[in-house]
Amino acid sequence: MSATLHREWVRHTPGQRLGRFLVTLLTVAALVWAIRTVEIIPEFLTDAPEQMADLLLRMWPPDLGHYYPSVHAALMETLHIATLGTILGIALAMPFALMAARNICRSAILNALAQLVLVSSRSVNSLVWALIFVAVFGPGPAAGVFAIAFRSIGFVGKLMAEALEEAHPGPVEALTATGASWPLRMLKGVWPQVQPAFWGVALFRWDINLRESAVLGLVGAGGIGVVLDDAINFFQWERVATILLAILAVVLLAEILVTRIRARLL
Amino acid sequence: MRRAFAPNWPARLGLLALAVYSIWATSQLGITGERLATGLGEGGRFLARMWPPDFTRWELLVEGLVESMQIAVISTALGIILSLPLGLMAARNLAPAWLSAPTRGFIAVCRSLHYVIVAILFVKAIGFGALAGVAALTVASLGFVAKLFAEAIEEISMKQVEAVRASGAGPAAVLLYGVLPQVASRFIGFSLYQLDSNLRNSTLVGIVGAGGIGGTLFAAFKRFDYDFVAAILLAIIALIFAAEIVAGRIRAALQ
Repeated sequence: MSATLHREWVRHTPGQRLGRFLVTLLTVAALVWAIRTVEIIPEFLTDAPEQMADLLLRMWPPDLGHYYPSVHAALMETLHIATLGTILGIALAMPFALMAARNICRSAILNALAQLVLVSSRSVNSLVWALIFVAVFGPGPAAGVFAIAFRSIGFVGKLMAEALEEAHPGPVEALTATGASWPLRMLKGVWPQVQPAFWGVALFRWDINLRESAVLGLVGAGGIGVVLDDAINFFQWERVATILLAILAVVLLAEILVTRIRARLL
Repeated sequence: MRRAFAPNWPARLGLLALAVYSIWATSQLGITGERLATGLGEGGRFLARMWPPDFTRWELLVEGLVESMQIAVISTALGIILSLPLGLMAARNLAPAWLSAPTRGFIAVCRSLHYVIVAILFVKAIGFGALAGVAALTVASLGFVAKLFAEAIEEISMKQVEAVRASGAGPAAVLLYGVLPQVASRFIGFSLYQLDSNLRNSTLVGIVGAGGIGGTLFAAFKRFDYDFVAAILLAIIALIFAAEIVAGRIRAALQ
């Protein structure tokens, strides 16, 4: 018998095994470093389960009498902030999406510029955008709408630019041959092709924006977060519970709604 | 005769309705042109005060960033460890309905509450500092990783599970040899994604007092130290970019 029959089957090459070992080592080292150096007060840690139970007991039962009118009004304001912010965000994102799509805008400099705008919009969190716009417009829902809109630009712009790049050039060429102007080529050649993607992206972003607009009030940008912040600062825990339930209900309803509409659209 | 490019009346009416809604909602929120015009002037002054970014207090900056990283690493690890059993319990093809239904409900609640709201509750319950941030981001990680893990398990091929079971293996061996090998690579992908997203979020939970660079940022905002704000924002963006590059490398190495 030749020696080849006794060869042992090994799943990974030595290089792969070394790579895996290094990644594992790095992960464990990072975890050990984090746990050993993080500043956690031991008394707080041992106390935590008891304190959490105490907080939840104070919240129970939620006092639904608080819902109308103040919480309801704040909830409607949150809905408006999310919806208006999404509309404004999409309106601002579309020019950048067109600029970033390489098959529509042929200038590499403009492509890069649009990408830069989209990336910077995405890398600043909506709460930070809210802080900035509170400094600009003062506290209130205007700051919230702009924070949501500026945060949405990057997301909508990136996904729409990708959808535009996947559009088939045939209809556009056919329209060019008939002598159609640029806006007409976009409207009748490109738009019908990217429309399904557009509605999907818009609905998805609206769902995310609804969740995010619920917290903008914590930094003063309007909506239900303001009411939540007040209730927490006054230690009105039954009221806090009502607000949390209202947010939860709206978020879950929006998710169901968006899933239904998407299923019908696509 | 059929017109080419016939006017699409439902779409036009929809657009009109959207425009009417926008105008109505804008008036409901009390946003006026005058206010926006003042805002633009303020915005110019604000940007002018942000420049140049002030890095003189870099010790404070580094301290905050390091704490954010610690929060991200610990909460990701805790979230992953807790997601393993929760994901298995929520998978409808492995767990009985009386177990999977409540577990799915719990995961849905974890996912629905925004991490900043969870962070405030933890700050009020267990006090200021990194511990509240770790707890809040652990809850957020649970909602995300456990849900995706459960979905991944529901998509596995049952043939391998049945084969292992037929050889007389106990439940632990079935999980270890029949289920985990099928989902391990996707699970690592989710975990890596969650680490990335926890790092982004850990730079923010400080705004409500849950530790990390967010607290420094919020304090600088409140004191109108806009040049320090610019420095902090640039540092956060740099950290997130670096993390994205590292995560991409690791993902490539593991495949």
